[in-house]
Amino acid sequence: MEKLISEFSIGLFFWQSMIFIGLLFLLRKYAWGPILSAVNERETSIKDALASAEAARSEMEVLQSDNQRILKEARAEKEAMLKEAQSTRAELIKTAKEEAQQEADKILTQAQEAIQNEKRAAISELKEQVGSIAMDIAEKVLQKELESKDKQVELIAQLLQDSDLK
Amino acid sequence: MPLVLNKIFLISALVATFFSAPKFVSAKETADSTKDLKSEIKEYISHHLEDAYDFSLYSYTNEKGEHIYISIPLPVILWDNGLQIFSSSKLHHGEEVARVGSNYYKLEHGKIYKTDVEGTITYDEAHHATNYAPLDLSITKGVVSMLFIALLMFWLFRSLAKTYSENNGVPVGVGRFFEPIVLYIRDDIARPNIGEKKYMKYMNFLLTVFFFVWFLNLLGLTPLGVNVTGNIAVTFGLALLTFLITNFTGTKDYWLHLFDPLGSSMKWYAKIPLYIILIPIEVLGIFIKPFSLLIRLYANMQAGHIVLMSLIGLIFIFKSWLGSPLSFGLAFAISLIELLVALLQAYIFTMLSALYFGFAAEEHEHH
Repeated sequence: MEKLISEFSIGLFFWQSMIFIGLLFLLRKYAWGPILSAVNERETSIKDALASAEAARSEMEVLQSDNQRILKEARAEKEAMLKEAQSTRAELIKTAKEEAQQEADKILTQAQEAIQNEKRAAISELKEQVGSIAMDIAEKVLQKELESKDKQVELIAQLLQDSDLK
Repeated sequence: MPLVLNKIFLISALVATFFSAPKFVSAKETADSTKDLKSEIKEYISHHLEDAYDFSLYSYTNEKGEHIYISIPLPVILWDNGLQIFSSSKLHHGEEVARVGSNYYKLEHGKIYKTDVEGTITYDEAHHATNYAPLDLSITKGVVSMLFIALLMFWLFRSLAKTYSENNGVPVGVGRFFEPIVLYIRDDIARPNIGEKKYMKYMNFLLTVFFFVWFLNLLGLTPLGVNVTGNIAVTFGLALLTFLITNFTGTKDYWLHLFDPLGSSMKWYAKIPLYIILIPIEVLGIFIKPFSLLIRLYANMQAGHIVLMSLIGLIFIFKSWLGSPLSFGLAFAISLIELLVALLQAYIFTMLSALYFGFAAEEHEHH
């Protein structure tokens, strides 16, 4: 202990204190201050980045669920539209068929009518012709009757032969 | 902390065992030549442990048996009725009297004394020089080492700070190694011991003292052989700063705890007999805490150097195929341990300083 005290170097103590205190101030200004503040800044920025990443993630989740919902809705809508289209198509075809049927029926009845009319007209014309032929024959028969009986018969036969029904 | 303390005990026990070994051997040997060598080694070690006025690189003995020292002379600064500055080469390792103006100085047992022309030094009964010793503010080997470490630290951490601003907060190069240490001191030493609110105030000192002590310890392990942190003046200076910072930043609670440790848990007249014992202990504690810091660092580094140099010296004493490699192996192993001790002692000094600052900065709710 006595040796320690007698060997205590005041000069070394003095210089040590000077150097160390000087170093403390220099390093505070030029090293530790900037280093610690930079590290702190970095740490807060990392913390912020993590927090914002978390926020972005949750936002993303919300967006994704939104997307899912919209997709589902779109799908449902598509299906509904398809269904509707199908039913419209079926209806369309049905009405078209009905209309076509009606038209066809109409045309058929018209045609039948026309045929009926033609037939009627033809019959009436035939009737007229037959009538007139009969009248002619009757006239001629009546005229011939006045000449002879033979001739009458002959005439009738001839007339009948001439008047072939057209 | 018990783990670290255990380690300290273990290491100091180890150191103590090895410390005693060379002494034991020297007691047995009787041959003259080996005794000479041994006393020379002993001298060399004690010379190495002390601070020096020049930066010695190496020394050898020439054919005539003279010791030749190769060293860089350093300035000697004395206050002797005015500033006296001269080169340490004038002292010639105490072999000659240095004449500066009209004054004469001589180096005796590592100390500069004022003498007459012949350099006579008078001694008292206890073999202490009675000559006048002027105030010595020389730039010694230790001061040069500290200046070197201070410059190294400034350059190193200034460049680390610069890389932050240049690289957007990302360290490059050597900063990648030092940044985790800085963060460790902040997160595992300062924060838990001092507390989240006040730790920033002490970071400056803690970081500086940690790297200062660590680097100086490491420098002591280089072949340059400087023993700065093993010098009590240096550790005293460091511990004094811890003491001053602790007590100047002490809060009201700190002082209250010191002088009224029992608080309102007891009546004042009951406290008087207790406080007659308690307060002196508490006050003594203020001084014992930093004192333990200075002794611990000093003793550990000093012991490490003694052990290491003794083991290296043993190589030259044994001079045998068995003994020399053995002591070389031991010296190598101790060197590795010393590398760890260098870091450990810096850590302990910083850690305990932080702990004391924590006591001073504490503010607890009154209960």
